[in-house]
Amino acid sequence: MLEARNLSVNYGMIRAVREISFTIAKGELVSLLGANGAGKSTTLKCIAGALKAGGGSIMLDGRDITSASPEQVVRAGLATVPETRDVFPDLTVAENLMLGAYIHRRDRAGNRENLERVHHLFPRLAERGGQAAGTLSGGEQQMLVIARALMSRPAVLLLDEPSLGLAPAIVDRIFEMIETLKRTGLTILLVEQNVNQALAVADRAYVLRLGKIVTSGTADEVRAATDLTEHYLGG
Amino acid sequence: MTFAIQFSIDVLSLGGAYALMALGLVIIYGILRLVNFAYGELIMVAGYSMYLTSGSGMPWIAMAVVAVAMAIVFGILTDYVAFRPVRAKSVTAVLITSFAFSNLLQNAALLFISPRPRNVPLPDIFSQTVNVAGVITPVRNLVTIAASVVLLAAVAFLMRKTTLGIAMRAAATNFTMARMLGVPANLIISSAFALSGFLAGVVGILWIGRIGTVVPGIGLEPLLVAFIATVIGGMRSLPGAVVGGFLLAFIDTTLNYTLSQDLLKFRDAFTFGLVILILLWRPEGLIKGPASGQRT
Repeated sequence: MLEARNLSVNYGMIRAVREISFTIAKGELVSLLGANGAGKSTTLKCIAGALKAGGGSIMLDGRDITSASPEQVVRAGLATVPETRDVFPDLTVAENLMLGAYIHRRDRAGNRENLERVHHLFPRLAERGGQAAGTLSGGEQQMLVIARALMSRPAVLLLDEPSLGLAPAIVDRIFEMIETLKRTGLTILLVEQNVNQALAVADRAYVLRLGKIVTSGTADEVRAATDLTEHYLGG
Repeated sequence: MTFAIQFSIDVLSLGGAYALMALGLVIIYGILRLVNFAYGELIMVAGYSMYLTSGSGMPWIAMAVVAVAMAIVFGILTDYVAFRPVRAKSVTAVLITSFAFSNLLQNAALLFISPRPRNVPLPDIFSQTVNVAGVITPVRNLVTIAASVVLLAAVAFLMRKTTLGIAMRAAATNFTMARMLGVPANLIISSAFALSGFLAGVVGILWIGRIGTVVPGIGLEPLLVAFIATVIGGMRSLPGAVVGGFLLAFIDTTLNYTLSQDLLKFRDAFTFGLVILILLWRPEGLIKGPASGQRT
């Protein structure tokens, strides 16, 4: 479904990602793990079209999306939830969700149906439809960003650190939702620092260190094969 | 009582024009974080377009529509000539290209038309006066008030109720995220320039209607007014621009009424003095824009 081949990304003068390759099959949940600065978010931004690739290629469902614009990537069926939890703060929750469906704006009936599904998944957002998104709590904003991404009806969802800065109880809720999304058949690439929880929901995982993939395999293999704390503490 | 009515009409008509000017400038700034210094020339374009079509025998309203259309065309042209080629490179580059484009248009007017004022056709209604509750006032002022009410309402509707408007507001807070949702960057920017040109065109006709003539440098004052109004109101907030426009008009009108003849020459000095005080009190402007915002 999604495949990166020898992908490199430069961040200014720094080569943040060095020739990494990974694949994600349809319906799979793959996790990208690693410490701060390992290149996880850079990889995601590059796939989403927000950063240009320095080399290599990205294929989505057999189509080359290397260095496509962000607009083209979402139209190709890949939605991104950035780690910065970018709601549009002065727009209402309903307006945020409406913009999520921007590429389908002519299909009103389909959007209404999709909105109902999203509201069913996140009842809180239905209650707060008229509220400015900036006034939501951190957890609610995270739900809104995920819900907004779903409004574009993606085939692949990129999730960047959905648990970042949230209270443990909320983090559990977010991971429950990720599992629910996975059961709907959505293909998900999950970037996380929260290793245990990420491995608990993931089918497979890749561990990044200093821009290179150092370990990969099923969730159990990755857990067994490496002392993850080593990668996180940089040992 | 008559004084109060007179004063209100003056503030509202001047403020309406100022608010529209400021809105046209802040729409671009909000999205691109760049001031379009060629904005005043859009008003000039509207003026010369009226002058050039004046011999054609078209009804006045048709000439006005052509003038507004020309302002829109030149607004979009500003994007293609001055902004798009260097937009991703650096802020300084765009600053210079927009100044250059402004100069280019002014000099084209000097060269191909004339440095001297040219008459702009105005309908009779612009020179008539009317009695409002005992106050004799030019109909022009009432037309300006009506036009600004209609246009401000239309812009508010566009920005709040239409997909394009909501996408523009989203792009103003976080352009990259808006693009990641599939909102095309170029469409949003071109729409902003078109809307800016439209406002400049309408305000240009109303502005020139006060004087009756157009000169190559006519855009400087509106640009300055728009810039100051947006600075007072808050550079990134559309309601702020409107509030700033009316506040600036209020200050100007009050000074017109209260300053003695000798001091009136220095009215702008008093105005800017007050603007400095407002900015000392509220450095970010009266209304803060949306919290985040990265330049693209």
